[in-house]
Amino acid sequence: MSRAEDRQARASTRNGWLLSVPALLLLLFAASGPLVIVIVYSFLTPGQYGNVVWGFSPDGWIGVLFTRDIFDDTLGLADAHLTIFWRSVKLSLETTVLTFLAGFPTAWFIATRPPKARALWLFLITIPFWTNLLIRTFAINEVLRSEGLMNTVLMKLGLISAPIQVMYTDTAVLIGMAYVYLPLMVLPLFAAIDRFDMKLLEAGYDLYASRWQVLRHVILPIVKPGIVAGSILVFVPSLGAYVTPRVLGGGKNMMIGNFIELQFTQGRNWPLGAALSLLLLIVVMVALLVYVRAANKGSNPHG
Amino acid sequence: MSQTNAIEARHTIKAFGQGDSAHRALDDVSITIRKGEFFTLLGPSGCGKTTLLRLIAGFEMPTAGDILIDGAEVTDLPPNKRPVNTVFQSYALFPHLTVAENVGFALKMLGRPKAEVAEVTARMLALVKLEHLAGRKTAQLSGGQQQRVALARALAPHPKVLLLDEPLSALDLKLRKEMQVELKRLQMETGITFVFVTHDQEEALTMSDRIGVMSAGKLQQVGSPREIYTRPVNRFVASFIGETNFLPAKPVAGGVKLGCGAVVEAEGEGHTLTVRPEQLRLVAANEPGAIAATVENLVYFGTDTHLNLRLSDGEALVARVQSPPTGDAGFAMGQAVGVTFLPGAARLIRD
Ligand SMILES: Nc1ncnc2c1ncn2[C@@H]1O[C@H](COP(=O)(O)OP(=O)(O)OP(=O)(O)O)[C@@H](O)[C@H]1O
Ligand SMILES: [Mg+2]
Repeated sequence: MSRAEDRQARASTRNGWLLSVPALLLLLFAASGPLVIVIVYSFLTPGQYGNVVWGFSPDGWIGVLFTRDIFDDTLGLADAHLTIFWRSVKLSLETTVLTFLAGFPTAWFIATRPPKARALWLFLITIPFWTNLLIRTFAINEVLRSEGLMNTVLMKLGLISAPIQVMYTDTAVLIGMAYVYLPLMVLPLFAAIDRFDMKLLEAGYDLYASRWQVLRHVILPIVKPGIVAGSILVFVPSLGAYVTPRVLGGGKNMMIGNFIELQFTQGRNWPLGAALSLLLLIVVMVALLVYVRAANKGSNPHG
Repeated sequence: MSQTNAIEARHTIKAFGQGDSAHRALDDVSITIRKGEFFTLLGPSGCGKTTLLRLIAGFEMPTAGDILIDGAEVTDLPPNKRPVNTVFQSYALFPHLTVAENVGFALKMLGRPKAEVAEVTARMLALVKLEHLAGRKTAQLSGGQQQRVALARALAPHPKVLLLDEPLSALDLKLRKEMQVELKRLQMETGITFVFVTHDQEEALTMSDRIGVMSAGKLQQVGSPREIYTRPVNRFVASFIGETNFLPAKPVAGGVKLGCGAVVEAEGEGHTLTVRPEQLRLVAANEPGAIAATVENLVYFGTDTHLNLRLSDGEALVARVQSPPTGDAGFAMGQAVGVTFLPGAARLIRD
C-alpha cells in the first residue's frame, strides 16, 4: 500500500468513527446507563417506604433465592420464589412449543398461497399487533371466562354441563401468551419457508421419503434458522411477560415479571426487584447462547 | 431378457385446468420404453416432455390412461413407492446435507443398514468421480459437480428407470459434451433404463438408442436416431430434426412432379417432398436430368458451405457442400447450376 493510500485509509477509518459517535453516545446512555443504575440499585439497602438508602447491602441478591426468618434471622430457601421462576420458565417453553405447533402450519399455508393472497394473509396475521396488548388480553379473558364464549358454546353443544374454570390458571396464561406471541413465531417461519425451494419436496418423495420423512429430513432442517428466530422471539418476551399473567392468571399465578413489579410496589424492596431483573437478563442471555449454539451444531455455516 | 417393458404409457391424457380453459399437455400418448435402453424424449418447449416425465415419476396424476413400470400398474402409487428416480433440471440437491449424505439419502429413507449406505455411497461417488468431495456442502460445488451429485444420488438406490429432465441444459458447451459421454458410460455400466428429456436434437441423435419426438402434447414418431433422421413420418419431425428442404410435389407416373416441372424419384406418400441439404449434388446447369437452379447466396460454415438456391418456380432450396481445402466452394452468386438428389434421398411426407 502506498503512503497516500495509507493516509486515505486511516482518514476514512477516523471519519467512520466520528460518524458513529452519536450512535455510540445513544447506546451508552440509553442502553448501558439504565443497566448500570439497575446493577447499582441491586446492591443498595431497601428504604422503608420504597426507593433505596445509599449503603451497600448484598441482601437484594440473597433475597432472590433465600428468605430471612423474621424471628431468628436464619436464611432459608425461598420456595415461593423458586415456584415463580419454575412457572415462568415452564410457561415460556410451553408457549414457544405451542406457538410453533400452531405457527408452522400457518406459515406453511401462507407461504404456499399465490403472491397476492400471501400479502393479505400476512396482513391479517399482523393485525393484532396494531391493537393494544391489554385489550387483546382482555379479549382472551372474554373468551375463556366462565360465562364467556368458550364455555357458552360448549354448554350449548351439550359437551359440558358446568363451565370449565380456565381463567386464573396457568392454562389461561399459556393460551393468552400463545395467542399474543403467535405472530412473532409465524413471521420468521414464513420468511424461512418462503425461501424454501419446493422442488426439494419432490426430490425427497422421489428418493423414497414418506411425508413424515420429508418433513423431518428435508423441511425442518432447512427452515431451522426460522424456527430458531421464532423461538427466540417468543421465548424471550414470554419469560418477562407481565400483562398477560396479570390479567389471565389473576394476582395468584405470578410470573417473574409480576414478581419484579411486586418488589417495586407493595413489596417495597427495590434492590430485590433490581436483582431479579438482572437475573432475568442473565437467564435469557445464557439460554440464548446455549440454544443458538445447539441449533447451529452440525448445520451448515454457509447455508 | 424378460419381455416386460421398463415403461408403458397407454392412451395417457393429462389436462391442466377445468372445463373450457382445460389444456391438454398430453393428448392420448401411448409409448413403450424397453428395458435397458437410452430413450430420449425430444420436442420443442411446451410440448409436454416434462409432463410425461412427471406422470412416470408420480408427481402428477394422469387425467386418463394408465402407466406401467416394469409391467406393474403404478397409476395410483405415490412417487416414493415407484422404482424410478429423477435427475431434476435444477438438480434439487439438499443444501443442508453433504455430497455423501445427498447420495445416501434414498437408501437412508429406505431404512438400509448404515454399512450398506456407506458402501453404496462410496461406490456411487467413485462412479461419478467425486470421491474427493464427499464431505463438501453442495452449495460449494460447480455446476458440473452438482450435476454429478444429482446423478449419483438418483442412481444410488438402483432404480428400474432413471428419469432425466434436461439435465445438461444448465452446463456450458464443453461440459455438456463431457457429460453426454459420461451419461452414456453410466447407462452402459449400470444397465439402468434412461429416459432422457431434451430439446437439443443433436444431443438426442448422438446419445439415444431410440427417440420419441413430441409436439403439442402428441407423440409424433418413435424410432432409432437413423430412422427418425432418414425416414421422418411428417413435416414436423423432418423439420425439427436436422435441416431439410420442403418442395410441393405431385405423384405422377415414374416419380413425382415438382412445381418447376422436373420429375424425380421419391419414396413414401404425401404431397410434400423432403430432401436434406447434404444429400443434394450440384452439377453443371446443362446436365441431363438435373433441376435448374440459381445460386442466390453462399454462407461459409467452415467444414461446409451452404448455398441458397432458387428454382425456376420460385421455390427455395438449401444445399450443403463440403468446403474444399482452399475454402472456396467454386460457386458464385447468380450462377446457374444443376441440382440432383442422391439415390433414396428424396422422400414424400404427410404434412
Ligand atoms: N402445473 C401446470 N398447470 C398448468 N399448465 C401446465 C402445468 N404444467 C405444465 N403445463 C402446461 O403444459 C404444457 C406442457 O408443459 P411441459 O412442462 O410438459 O413442457 P416441456 O415439453 O417440458 O417444455 P420445456 O422444454 O419448456 O421444458 C405447457 O403448455 C405448459 O404450460
Ligand atoms: Mg420441461
